[in-house]
Amino acid sequence: MLILKKHKQFNLNHRILTGAFMLVSFALPVVAEDLDQKGFDIAARSDRSDRGFNNSRVELEMVLKNASGAESRRVLEQSTLELPDESVGDKNLIVFFSPADIESTALLSYAKILDPDDQWLYLPALKRVKRISSKNKSGPFVGSEFAFEDITGQELEKYEYTWLREEACGELTCDVVERRPLYKDSGYTRQIGWVDQTDYQARKIEYYDRKGSLLKTQLFEDYQLYDDKY
Amino acid sequence: MTVIRNETKQLNKTDRFALQWAEFVIKNRLKTIFFAITVFFVLAAGLMQIQASHNYRVFFSDKNPDLLTFEKFEETYTKNDNFLFVVKPKSGTIDQPFVAQAIEALTARAWMVPFAIRVDSITNFQHTYAIDDDLIVEDLIEDAANLSQAEIAKRVDIALKEPLLAGSLVALDRGASGINVTLQYPGLSESELPEAIHFARALVSEFEQEYPDLKIALTGISALNAAFFEATINDAETLYGPMFLVLVLITWLIIRNFSGVISTVLVITFATIAAMGFAGWAGITISPFSGSAPVVILTLAIVDSIHILITMAQRMRVGDDKIAAIKESMRVNFLAVSITSLTTVIGFLALNFSDAPPFNALGNIAAFGITAAWFYSLTFLPALLAILPFSVQTYSDKSRGPLQEAINKLAEFVIARARATLVFVGLIFIGLACAIPTINLNDQWVEYFDDRVEFRGDAKFAINHLTGLYILEYSVPAGAPGAISEPKYLQDLDDFAIWLREYAKVRHVYSYTDIIKRLSKNMNADDPAYYHIPGERELAAQYLLLYELSLPYGLDLNDRIDIDKSSTRVSVTLDEITTGETRQFLKDIDAWWDSRSPGNEVYGTGATYLFSFISERNIQDMIGGNIVAVILISIVMMIALRSFSFGLLSLIPNIAPLIMTFGVWALLVGEVGMAAATVSATSLGIIVDNTVHILTKYQRAREELVLSIEDAIRYTFDTVGAAVVANALILAFGFSVLMFSSFKITGDMGTLTALAILIALVVDLLLLPALLMLRAQSKTKGASYANTEKTQTI
Repeated sequence: MLILKKHKQFNLNHRILTGAFMLVSFALPVVAEDLDQKGFDIAARSDRSDRGFNNSRVELEMVLKNASGAESRRVLEQSTLELPDESVGDKNLIVFFSPADIESTALLSYAKILDPDDQWLYLPALKRVKRISSKNKSGPFVGSEFAFEDITGQELEKYEYTWLREEACGELTCDVVERRPLYKDSGYTRQIGWVDQTDYQARKIEYYDRKGSLLKTQLFEDYQLYDDKY
Repeated sequence: MTVIRNETKQLNKTDRFALQWAEFVIKNRLKTIFFAITVFFVLAAGLMQIQASHNYRVFFSDKNPDLLTFEKFEETYTKNDNFLFVVKPKSGTIDQPFVAQAIEALTARAWMVPFAIRVDSITNFQHTYAIDDDLIVEDLIEDAANLSQAEIAKRVDIALKEPLLAGSLVALDRGASGINVTLQYPGLSESELPEAIHFARALVSEFEQEYPDLKIALTGISALNAAFFEATINDAETLYGPMFLVLVLITWLIIRNFSGVISTVLVITFATIAAMGFAGWAGITISPFSGSAPVVILTLAIVDSIHILITMAQRMRVGDDKIAAIKESMRVNFLAVSITSLTTVIGFLALNFSDAPPFNALGNIAAFGITAAWFYSLTFLPALLAILPFSVQTYSDKSRGPLQEAINKLAEFVIARARATLVFVGLIFIGLACAIPTINLNDQWVEYFDDRVEFRGDAKFAINHLTGLYILEYSVPAGAPGAISEPKYLQDLDDFAIWLREYAKVRHVYSYTDIIKRLSKNMNADDPAYYHIPGERELAAQYLLLYELSLPYGLDLNDRIDIDKSSTRVSVTLDEITTGETRQFLKDIDAWWDSRSPGNEVYGTGATYLFSFISERNIQDMIGGNIVAVILISIVMMIALRSFSFGLLSLIPNIAPLIMTFGVWALLVGEVGMAAATVSATSLGIIVDNTVHILTKYQRAREELVLSIEDAIRYTFDTVGAAVVANALILAFGFSVLMFSSFKITGDMGTLTALAILIALVVDLLLLPALLMLRAQSKTKGASYANTEKTQTI
């Protein structure tokens, strides 16, 4: 179980990047429209409505818990620089504050759409920058249930989409959209997102693993994330 | 012999009660049958609820401290269920491109195994190396279809230099490779394991078909668990049917009467099915060991009916009509059948002292079945016999057959040489008792199964060609959050791993230090001089962070390092090793840590650890069970024989055979698993029966017929000798059927019990009469004492 708390939010332009990613949608008429196209459109409008925030900075505290109830905390700051070109990913810098022995360690990544991201890591103990060449983005981020690919840029063209249905979610109505990663080393086969039609907020995301089983469910509540496995 | 007819007409209280009971049952025969069948169907409905266990952990109670430690370990790291696919080319090495291709494909497919959370193989192993300031992290073998044999061989060379792989997922002789699948069962339904194993086996056959030059074996904890389940099913399929048929045959040979056989078969069927139904209602899970319950109940149930039928037939042969014969048989046998059932029930209930739930289960199911057999033998059986036609050929009493003649000769022999017999049996007893300490307790779980269980062959294949299956897990705490990066901790851990690898039976050690040493080298441009523990905590912590950030889905370190980085896990894979050797090894490990870091909280666990102590723990627990059983059974004997001294005397022929049985086992086999813990209590309850038969008859002869000691022994041998021999042979036969179980613990239990029954027969026929002779001789010296006892007991 992981609780992601947002400490401070530096909103440098209009929008706050809420959590790992969000989908915003418009209630579109369900006429003879191709469902894949509709799913893409919902995601595209969501992504574009996000456009223009230029950059954001979020300080995160992650609280990890294991089966026996032990807890561990990590504090880090994530800065994102958005690029207008949809075929190029965002630039992302993560700086760790605690635990103390990894303080000031920094990870810079240039997200790519279908290729492995470019990554550089600064290790203060070694006083050097190392370039990491790895196609792995699906591993758990610092021991959490978030994968690296959940944390870094959520790019529109990384997925193909299908609009599934419209259904009630709590007091609101949501569009349910399935998206399938195009990156072949992704840890997921698909994700299903519930996006409400009132506030255009992602309310819930289900992640499906390589054998198509539900791996984890992410719930979005009051700007807090609860990520729960099974 | 004419005494048989004159046997007491003085009715005591129990005789009168038995007669009233018989009259009631015969008078209300239809109601009785209806009632008995109704009870049967109510109980049998429980069969629908019955469940078979899918987990080796069924052998450990939820209070077992070793299991609790293991659960704590699993909460800290992850659950340990796994499949290990062992892939071996029929000829040549794994350098051949088709082998690498198969491993790569199987690795990808293994992610689809239900509940799989992780797959490790030499192809997806995260190979790290440095080019200048670049750290490259990639699959060791990718796209094997486009690699030449030389290129694959180069990667196998890397794997063999990698401590995490060599001797674990790649065989040191390049002959085989493994794919390890870690599973996490949600634990919501019993069908989870069958689902996973079914998928895994389908993968094996699919890949063996696609790559006919490969042999693939499937092992791991999940395969072991499936084996426990399959051994139960296998026993049910192969033991129950033949056992039943043979018992029908035996009944026919003894009774020679169609109605008698039908009634007996119904009684034992009812008792057995009712007991299994009871298990279903009571929610008792059936496991390989408790799965032997039907065989045990069938065997023990048949004896009650046979006693009643034999007496009935005897009475009819000497002229009684059927109803009178039934009544007389009930009168003669009521007490004996009740007492023998009671002592057997006590013996089986004593199994509740054991820590292992399957032993408790067998004890409770068998105790219920024996009680049911007693109930049906005394109600349903006489009622049904009263309805069914029953005829015997009357023949002269004189032709008693060669068995009886031999028994009578034996009686004369013992009477003439009581002292010599006592010394002879006594010497054998002492000799056998001395051999017991040489018994070696061993619980290697691969050896639990015979070749009919697929797991055994696959496990042997894995051990012979790739790696060991006996894995010890250690949790090595560093004392504080993040402290696993402290150089002192890492150095201790590394020295531990090096020390472990020197031990001859260790085939593989997985230690986090091998990763951190490799990273230290990678971060220094792959300079071998840097292949050591980093000198500062920050450096080690940052290497670890870097490594974690570069790992793919499912290949993280969460199962190796705890959540706040305060402890790591070391896995030690052992070669074939007896549990005795394992226990010694565990002690050596504790000693190593005590000298290195006094007050440490290092602890070992895992399936291998659990089984290393299972026999000792259960034997310890059963000591109490045995004492209680002996005391209760002795009290029953004293009450039944209405004599304190007879009750006390009966202890000798009851306990001596148990000790002798383990002595014989020590000499012939030398090694025993956890079955040993159960045998003494249950055997005691069973072998007591013949002592009861002999002593009650002897007592009647002395007190009611006022025979001399010698004549009383002759009378006893003549009246019950054949029955006692037949009894012992049926029981010994029934238990020896368990030798054919595919589960060794069940087989050992059956063999040991059969052995105990046969030895008890010899003791009853030799030692018991000799003891009676000598007891009487010492008594005649003080005749008044014998008289007082006699007045007391009447």
